[in-house]
Amino acid sequence: MPDGHAHAAPLDAHGHPHEPAHPKLQHHFDDMGQRAEASTLGMWVFLVTEILFFGGLFMCYLVYRWKSPSGFQEASFELNRVWGATNTAVLIISSLTMALAVRAAQTSAKRGTQVFFLGLTMFFGLVFLGIKAIEYTDKFVHHHVPGPHFHWDGQYPKPAEQFYSLYFAMTGLHAVHMIVGVGIMAVITWMAWRETFDEDYYTPVEVAGLYWHFVDIVWIFLFPLLYLIGGHFKG
Amino acid sequence: MDTITTAPTLNYLNSAHGLASWLLTRDHKRIALLYLVSVTAFFAIGGFFAMMIRLELVTPAADFVQPDTYNKLFTMHGVIMVFFFLIPSIPAVLGNFMLPIMVGAKDLAFPRINLLSWYIYVLGGLFTLTAAVTGGVDTGWTFYAPYSTASSNSHVIMAGVGVFITGFSSILTGLNFIVTVHRMRAPGLTWFRLPLFVWSHYATSLIMILGTPVIAITVLLVAVERGLHLGIFDPALGGDPILFQHLFWFYSHPAVYIMILPAMGVTSEIVQAFARKNIFGYAFVAFSSLAIAIIGFLVWGHHLFVSGQSTYAGLIFSILSFLVAIPSAVKVFNWTATIYKGAVSWDSPMLYAFGFVGLFTIGGLTGLFLASMGLDVHVHDTYFIIAHFHYVMVGGAIMGYLGGLHYWWPKITGRMYPEGWAKFAALTVFVGFNLTFFPQFIVGYLGMPRRYAMYAPEFQVYNVMSSAGASILAVGYVIPLIYFIWSLKYAPLAGKDPWGAKGLEWEIPSPPPTENFAVTPIVTERTHQYAPSREVGIA
Repeated sequence: MPDGHAHAAPLDAHGHPHEPAHPKLQHHFDDMGQRAEASTLGMWVFLVTEILFFGGLFMCYLVYRWKSPSGFQEASFELNRVWGATNTAVLIISSLTMALAVRAAQTSAKRGTQVFFLGLTMFFGLVFLGIKAIEYTDKFVHHHVPGPHFHWDGQYPKPAEQFYSLYFAMTGLHAVHMIVGVGIMAVITWMAWRETFDEDYYTPVEVAGLYWHFVDIVWIFLFPLLYLIGGHFKG
Repeated sequence: MDTITTAPTLNYLNSAHGLASWLLTRDHKRIALLYLVSVTAFFAIGGFFAMMIRLELVTPAADFVQPDTYNKLFTMHGVIMVFFFLIPSIPAVLGNFMLPIMVGAKDLAFPRINLLSWYIYVLGGLFTLTAAVTGGVDTGWTFYAPYSTASSNSHVIMAGVGVFITGFSSILTGLNFIVTVHRMRAPGLTWFRLPLFVWSHYATSLIMILGTPVIAITVLLVAVERGLHLGIFDPALGGDPILFQHLFWFYSHPAVYIMILPAMGVTSEIVQAFARKNIFGYAFVAFSSLAIAIIGFLVWGHHLFVSGQSTYAGLIFSILSFLVAIPSAVKVFNWTATIYKGAVSWDSPMLYAFGFVGLFTIGGLTGLFLASMGLDVHVHDTYFIIAHFHYVMVGGAIMGYLGGLHYWWPKITGRMYPEGWAKFAALTVFVGFNLTFFPQFIVGYLGMPRRYAMYAPEFQVYNVMSSAGASILAVGYVIPLIYFIWSLKYAPLAGKDPWGAKGLEWEIPSPPPTENFAVTPIVTERTHQYAPSREVGIA
């Protein structure tokens, strides 16, 4: 019987090679490189599922925008573009600070530097959520929240209600992702404060960064779709 | 087979004790057993609902239960069997246990996420069971809007949230498998040396991560529309119910392949082991799994032939649905060619594999009837469809699951099971299954619609046959449950390779040690080499 399986060099009692293993190495990985690759690929795969998760909503948006273009246009005029644009800028800046935080961890920067950039990222995330809260409050005050109390003065009350259904569903889901992101940042910041990250081990920062950038990119699509399209007809 | 008298001293089962060592375990093998227990429980619950349905349908009148109750019975049967049994069964139990071993790894890439996925599954299951206990859901497992969002008075939101939550368990399992196959393979274990079981699970995982998020958001939108009156699917609120059907089937048709692809992987393993031959056309079988996963995403519109979808869209979906039959047929032909002139032994796993190939072929071919737009108008929403997908789901997926469970039981527990009883059970399942579902093809073709508690008296003979078959089928499922439990204590020890099968899992002790491999294996040829090595091309 041909035995196709030769055996590797003997390992120590814990199944690890004899070189000193990194303290963060879990038992089922061979080395830190494998662990980092697995984590990064895992996050990418997760982001693919996120794209499809949001994809269902984008599909709904496309179908209804195509069905009632004028109604959607009219409804989108009531969104505050200044707040929307501000939030876009806030998120883009937060992506920059996020990238700088990853860089700081990769280059074994002092923990103060790492915590500074991570904290800044978290801060911009909270600013975004604050502005979103202001906008939502405004919609409540003007009865633009779909449901029994919805009130619309324009020509197309039905499509407008639908637009706001999608507006709340899409930005709401995005906001949930922002809240989760801020939570993740809090954990990563705490880990950075404990001097967890250096050039040998920075995967959590990198993976959290991937998530953060993804949530930013979703907004980059939401902003024009909800706030801007058709804007050249009015103001 | 050598006579084995002692089990290996330290293995994954006896390395730690106590409830906490199970509930907090990160060992993929223990998590697989957690899944085994929970999917078996859900299978029993879903089976209970099925028996209630069959009891009601013994007579043409709605006498055993009222129509309202009947609606809830078939809904709960569908929801539990699809989301809580069929989808997790093979991947989360057999895949979880075998996939890391088959790639020569000590565990999945993310052991904690693996455990998390089980807790998510249980949480989702509790939501759905709560919905069932507090009054049930009557929308059908398809949750079609606007009935589900506006009209139904049952616990749609609770059950929907259960399905939503459970979806994440299957996303996490798929994610874990994909990363494991990419990053955790042992040295020398190239893609074309992987067992076909791994290929089919890789294809399954692709569907899990790409499809499941869409059903998640769709069910969430149903819940939101129902709870907050957002107008997404309800025409009264300006929504589009056809959009719901598109989004629903965008996942739920590929989900059929989540259920059948792993069973195909199991069959590929069993057929090789019990015909003592290398698979015929390895690369074709491997790629046909990917082809099914990819084309499977492009056929969902065949569920909408009579829903007002445009004829041209229907035409395209019809052609694409025919295309998906090609890779499925490739597999059937290759299994047959593998068995041809093989040294076939008739052990119980092989009986299930034979059952799988035959029944899946019937299920697949009747699927072509349904992919034909004209014929589908006649049989749409009749028992013909019920029979078709039960041939694929029960005749295919459950046969594969049971076959795999028998094949790997010695590896999982370290003990054999009574082979005579196992053969008897396999035969009982086969007979009971065909008696249950074959009459439904006929009665469906004659025009009996699905989802009604009452039917025309002339259909009674078929329904009585079906109900009788269901009782036999139930016996066929209970027998393995009994002897598997019995075997844990009383059956003879199995040794590391009771079948004389090939593959990394058969080179380690049964039950395997917690770390799987004392030394990481280095692989120099395909792991299933029943004939002398012959390196040809990529295979």
